[in-house]
Amino acid sequence: MLVFEKTSLAKEIEQLIEKYGNSRSSLLSILQEIQANHRYISDYAQQEIARHLCIQPVEVYSVISFYAFLNSEPKGRNIVRICKTISCDMKNKMSIVKAVERELGIKIGETTSDNKFTIEYTNCLGLCDEGPAMAINERVFTRLTPQTAVENLHKVVG
Amino acid sequence: MKKPKVRNGKILFSEYTLGEGVRKALTLSREDILFEIKDSKLKGRGGAGFPVSTKWMLGAAAIAERKYIICNADEGEPGTFKDRVLLVEYPELVFEGMVIAGYAIGAKFGILYLRGEYEYIRKSLQDFLELMRKENLLGKNILGKEGFDFDIKIHLGSSAYVCGEETALIESLEGHRGEARNRPPYPVNTGFRGMPTSVNNVETLSCVPHIILNGGNWFKNFGTEKSTGTKLFSISGDCEKPDVYEWEWGITIAEMLEKVGAKNTKAVQIGGASGICIPKSQFNRKIAYEDIPTGGSIIIFDKNRDMLKILKNFMEFFVEESCGQCTPCRIGNTKLLEGVKMIENEKYTFAYLDKLKDLGKTMQIASKCGLGQSSPNSFISILENFKDEIFYHENGDANGK
Repeated sequence: MLVFEKTSLAKEIEQLIEKYGNSRSSLLSILQEIQANHRYISDYAQQEIARHLCIQPVEVYSVISFYAFLNSEPKGRNIVRICKTISCDMKNKMSIVKAVERELGIKIGETTSDNKFTIEYTNCLGLCDEGPAMAINERVFTRLTPQTAVENLHKVVG
Repeated sequence: MKKPKVRNGKILFSEYTLGEGVRKALTLSREDILFEIKDSKLKGRGGAGFPVSTKWMLGAAAIAERKYIICNADEGEPGTFKDRVLLVEYPELVFEGMVIAGYAIGAKFGILYLRGEYEYIRKSLQDFLELMRKENLLGKNILGKEGFDFDIKIHLGSSAYVCGEETALIESLEGHRGEARNRPPYPVNTGFRGMPTSVNNVETLSCVPHIILNGGNWFKNFGTEKSTGTKLFSISGDCEKPDVYEWEWGITIAEMLEKVGAKNTKAVQIGGASGICIPKSQFNRKIAYEDIPTGGSIIIFDKNRDMLKILKNFMEFFVEESCGQCTPCRIGNTKLLEGVKMIENEKYTFAYLDKLKDLGKTMQIASKCGLGQSSPNSFISILENFKDEIFYHENGDANGK
C-alpha cells in the first residue's frame, strides 16, 4: 500500500470514528462503510480501527472473518452475489450462474482481471417468491433470465 | 423499490392508519397493555413461539437504568421473506409495535436489526422514521404524553444466518462475532450492553398495534385455541402464485396448496431448512402450535423434484452458516452432509446412516443454540419420509427423472 493511500485511509477511519464513536458496538458499522468504499478491509485498516477502539487487531479480523459480507482480501469493485438457496435453485439458478460466468470469463469465487467484478454465491436473499435472484453490491435483481442477468451487470457499471 | 401490492388479510393486511395504535396505547396504563397482550395469547412469530406477554412482563418488572427494545429483522431462514413485505409495505405496524413495547416495558431505546441482504430497504425505513418523528410518534413526550420518550435506530447486519438467534444478534450489535450466548441469563434480564432487552420478531411487533386497537379477545377470534391470530406465510417453490399470505392458524397443508395453485405436489418443507419435510400422505395436518408450528416458511416440491438434492442443499446451507463455536453443530452438520454425499454416491451402509440419525438427535439436545438444535430436522424427516424414493428408487432407476 502506498503512503498516500495509507494516509487517506487513516483519515477516512478517523472520520468514521467521529461519526460512530469509539465504542466496541460501533465496530460493525465502521467495517461496513470501509467494506462499501473499498470492497475489502485491508490489514492496515484493521490495525487502525483496532487502535482507535483500543482492541487487538485480531479481534477486528475475527469479526470480519465471521460475516459473509465483510472481506479481508481484495475483491472486484462490484460484487455479484447469486442466491443458491433452494427456491432460487429450483428456479434454475444454474443457468444464471453459467450465463454470468460466460459473460465475465471467470468462475464463481473469482474476480475479473480488470477488477470490475467478483462473482460469488450467497445464501437466501429473502426473494424466494421472485427467484432466481441476485444482488450486485446492495441492489437486488429478481425474476432473472440468463439474458436479464447479464444485462444487469452492464447496467450497474453504466 | 417494489410497488406496493394490494393485500388482503384479517389482521396484519387489514386497514390501518398511521398513529392509531400508539394513540390508543397511550390512553391505557402500562399494566393494561401487558394484560391485553396476555389476553391475546400472542406468541413470538419468528418460529420459537414464546409467549410475548411473559417476555414483556419480565422486561417491565426489571429495574435498570436503561432498557432496550430490539426488533429482529434478520430473517435468514431459507424460504422466508414475510418480514421484507412488512418492512417495505407496512413499516408503520413494525415501528408502532416497537413504540408500544417501549411504553409497556419502560424502554426509551429501540433498535431494528436489519439483515445485510436487506440494505436496499434501509433508506425507506429511515425516511419513515423521520416522518414518525415529525408526527411526534417518536422522540420526546410522544403525542404529548409527559415523560414518554422513545426513538428507534436501524442497525445493519452483514449476512450471518445465526444472528437471527436473539443472543447472537445482541453479540453482533455489540460489535462481536455473532455467536450465541449461554442462556440463562436471558436477554430480558441481561441483554444488549448487559441491560434488560426484549427481542421480538418483525411480525410479532406488527400484531401489537392491532391488538391494542381491537383488544386481546378480538385477536383470539382468529386461529385455534393454542395458536391465536393469523400468521404470515412465505410461499415459494413449485406453485403458480408464490407470495406472502396472511391466513389463520389451523389451516391445513392441503388448503394452503390449493390457494396458491400448487399441482402434483410431492412434499412440503415447513419452517425452511430447519423445519420438517411433510409427505403427501400427511397433507391434512394443520399448521398450528398444536400440530406443526412454524415461522412461516413454506417451500413446495412437485413430483419431479429429487428429495436427496434438496436435502443436500439444506445441509450445505447449515455447514456454511454454523458459527462453529459448539462442537455438535460444527462437526455434526459436516457429518450429516457427508452422509448425504455417501447416499448420492451409493457408498453408504444403513448401519452408518442409523448412526447419523442418532448423531442428529444428539445435536438436537446438545447444541448451544437453535441452529444446531434444528438443523438435523430436515435430515431426519427427509430420510424417514422419502426413504422409498431415496433408497429403493420406486420410480425406476432414473429416480423419477
